[in-house]
Amino acid sequence: MILTVAWIVPLLGAVALAAFPRWSEGRARLWAAAVAALSLLALVVAWVGFDPAGPLFQHVEELRWVPSIGLAYRVGVDGIALAVATMSALIFVAAIAYPVDTLGQPRQYYAWMLFLQAMSLGVFLVLDLLLFYVFFDLTLVGMFFLIGRWGHGTPQVSALKFFLYTFAGSLLLLLAIIGLYLSIEPHSFDMRVLIERQPLAGTGLYAGLVFLALMLGFAIKTPLVPLHTWLPQAHVDAPGPASAILAGVLLKMGTYGMIRLPFAMMQETFAKYSLVVGIVALVAILYGALVALGQGNLKRRIAYTSINHMGYTVLGIAVASAIFADNQAARQLALTGATVEMVAHGLITGALFLICGSFWQRTGDYELDHYGGLAHRAPLLTGFTVLAAFASLGMPGLAGFVAEFQVFAGTFAVYPWLAVLGVLGILITAALFLGLLRRLFFGRLPSHLGGFGDLKWAEWGVLGVLSLGILVIGVAPQFLLTLIDASSALLVGGR
Amino acid sequence: MPIGDLAPEIALLVGAVVIVLFASFAPQERQAWAGGLALITLALAAGFSLMQWREPPALTFSGVWALDTAAVATKLLVLLVGAVAVLLSPDWMRSDRRHGEYYALCLFTLLGVIMMASANDSMELVVGILLSSTASYPLVAYHRGFKPALEAAMKYFLIGALTNSLLVIGVVLLFGLVGDTDYARTAQVLATAPDAAPLALSVAVACIVLGLTFKLAAFPGHAWMPDVAQGAPVPVAALLTVAPKVGAAVALARFVSLLPESQVWPVIVALIAVVTMTLGNLAALKQTDVRRLLGWSSVSQSGYALMAVVVIDVEPQALGALLAFLAAYLFANLAAFAVVTHLRGRTALADYHGLGRTQPLVTAVLILALLSLVGIPPLVGFFGKFMLFKVTIAGGYTWLAVVAAINTVLSLFYYLRVIAVTMFKPLEGEVHVLGSWSWLALLASAVLLVAASLGAKGGLALMGAVRFAG
Repeated sequence: MILTVAWIVPLLGAVALAAFPRWSEGRARLWAAAVAALSLLALVVAWVGFDPAGPLFQHVEELRWVPSIGLAYRVGVDGIALAVATMSALIFVAAIAYPVDTLGQPRQYYAWMLFLQAMSLGVFLVLDLLLFYVFFDLTLVGMFFLIGRWGHGTPQVSALKFFLYTFAGSLLLLLAIIGLYLSIEPHSFDMRVLIERQPLAGTGLYAGLVFLALMLGFAIKTPLVPLHTWLPQAHVDAPGPASAILAGVLLKMGTYGMIRLPFAMMQETFAKYSLVVGIVALVAILYGALVALGQGNLKRRIAYTSINHMGYTVLGIAVASAIFADNQAARQLALTGATVEMVAHGLITGALFLICGSFWQRTGDYELDHYGGLAHRAPLLTGFTVLAAFASLGMPGLAGFVAEFQVFAGTFAVYPWLAVLGVLGILITAALFLGLLRRLFFGRLPSHLGGFGDLKWAEWGVLGVLSLGILVIGVAPQFLLTLIDASSALLVGGR
Repeated sequence: MPIGDLAPEIALLVGAVVIVLFASFAPQERQAWAGGLALITLALAAGFSLMQWREPPALTFSGVWALDTAAVATKLLVLLVGAVAVLLSPDWMRSDRRHGEYYALCLFTLLGVIMMASANDSMELVVGILLSSTASYPLVAYHRGFKPALEAAMKYFLIGALTNSLLVIGVVLLFGLVGDTDYARTAQVLATAPDAAPLALSVAVACIVLGLTFKLAAFPGHAWMPDVAQGAPVPVAALLTVAPKVGAAVALARFVSLLPESQVWPVIVALIAVVTMTLGNLAALKQTDVRRLLGWSSVSQSGYALMAVVVIDVEPQALGALLAFLAAYLFANLAAFAVVTHLRGRTALADYHGLGRTQPLVTAVLILALLSLVGIPPLVGFFGKFMLFKVTIAGGYTWLAVVAAINTVLSLFYYLRVIAVTMFKPLEGEVHVLGSWSWLALLASAVLLVAASLGAKGGLALMGAVRFAG
């Protein structure tokens, strides 16, 4: 029940916003934030009620729908899904509460935000393949309208490109889902059945094609090099909070999908290709970091670091899938690390994109060269940016380090040379973030920034909550690791 | 003669005749009442068809007329299309002096379509196709002072004349080969001696398939569709983009399942499907006219529908998938054309700029309809496409499903262009709407679309029961 509440409450909230045309901007925002927080609360309750020693999927609900084609309303979570979903809900609360210019259409803006929240949580909470696809696709619709209507630059072009590109991935996914569905007798969309029975084990070419379609679909969403080209433009033109959601939540659907579908349902096939996936991830790590280093646009630079960070997650997943390595502890470590990376990256990059939004609200400019010397004018902004940047480059004591340490520790045990090359990514990330901080906050203050105001309380309040999350995960990650370890142990076969 | 088996068709025929008589004698201001008569006729015919649903599949009138779930489902769908098109018309046709007869022509068109879907005999098929064609030529040219309408009607007529005569040649050849026009007998003869005259049989099949592609608006008989969608009165365009397609798809499915394997028809139909969907989508990409864009999209949707025909023999669920997809297409397309009608046929893409600001509900219906045409879940179009992909992959034509998926991405581009201008562009000029009838029709089509989306599960179960007789 609690999981259904978590995704349906935002949907009802969106309907209410659409239905009451007289609500003012402040009221719409307050309502949206309250509804989003309620949904977060439901997930926290689910977290508290989650038993780490229990079965893989908990809080399961099942409602018969069309038994003849094996379709049912099924929700349920394992530790991985619950961690990512809770982080997502938090990002949504933050993005909604963050002040933004709604261009005179506040109700529509907040309604789309809540709609997007409902659909995104749906992706993480369902246990039915077809419903998974439904939610997966509807997130595109929500994001399309958010970018197209409230973006800047050339928002319509970016929205169109985003929708087309990622929809192509979705369709590959749909074909693969049909392939999975047809492979099992009686045909079923039940993820639990598919995970348990591994229907495609040892079916050669057929399994290979399904796997390829699944991985391509998720690689576009994640995104992995060379399928990442939709991402920078979508990010640059999206409004700040939408960017935070795009990076913090939507990208996670790619990696979460990899864990839930190919990793869990086709272990044998994934193991065969784990090295290939690992190498692709390594390319994403290095390429993302190098390209980010070369960007002079603040938001574009952060967008490319997302490619780099999602590369760590995929590397972790690839390592965890290497069944033949006979090193269960390392594989489990890698999978847990990959999940923590998802949570950490969501919080860190969410915060960074919200900060980008603050820059845009003040100056309408993302060019790093046009900034400088802001440390004195805006100490709060400087503080939060420094914290998020350090977390992103993997400073010990912050969330990013916990994740990357586990991913690389696991990788070192299975594919040592991938780990050695991958660590270079962290080095480049450090360079690019330090350069970014230097160009924004230190040096001489340009004359046109004389009136640059520091963060308002609504902004630093939101950033404070996210930063607290980053710190807590960095210092005392145990609460998160217990939850995730319970599921990753089961998934790699350790318990 | 089991006259009762033809109750729906007789109802349509009688209704049409009554309307013609009424229109001849009623004064100008009462002509709109003919619309009411047409609705009553459609309701009666639908009622009679519903009674046929539960009966076991059978052939009647010495086997030339099929009474199976496929035929009945087609009848119901086609009558529904007719009802929405009729509802759209009174406001549109108000000033036309020949308002009354218009409805009779609509009913004759529907009757022809129903005959196509029910025909279990190649001569019967010819009669159905000819009836639906001849009744719809004048409908397209109903505004005879409007040049694009005349051009569209001329194209429609010329292509129709050519393909229909090819069809007749094909049927005659086939008759000469098997000595009968009855489908059951044809199948029997072809099964016993599949390679008696392979070339003649191929020519006959090619001619008949060509004749059907005209009604389907599939390559190579598709060229009239964009012109008709753009130039014909919009309610007529709504009718003609949907109804003949449904009838012809079922007729084609019925016909190809007779053929022996040596005709390699699945491959040929698959190729037609690929060319049709790709051509339709590529042509729609650059359109700046919404009605024409919908016309090309209708062509591409025929291509998708043909995917189910490809696997009709190997996949038991293919027929259900075909009808599910056509039904889904029909709901979405009707809603889209209802919006265009309600906006007084406004057609240039530039005129849709900022529509969402003044007409939020109408815009919402348009967006839902277009997203359903793409196949975005949970709208009904998704379930239609899903079923198609499923049977195609299960039938061993994965490559075809991949091509269709690529095409779907292509199609998303032009549908999104329309959605984007309504939502993201500033409003230009005023928006005029038609009247209360078209508003009602718009609402009805929107309710149908949403209800079909929510009830898609039940609909799929119903479609699963669809079978051919004999």
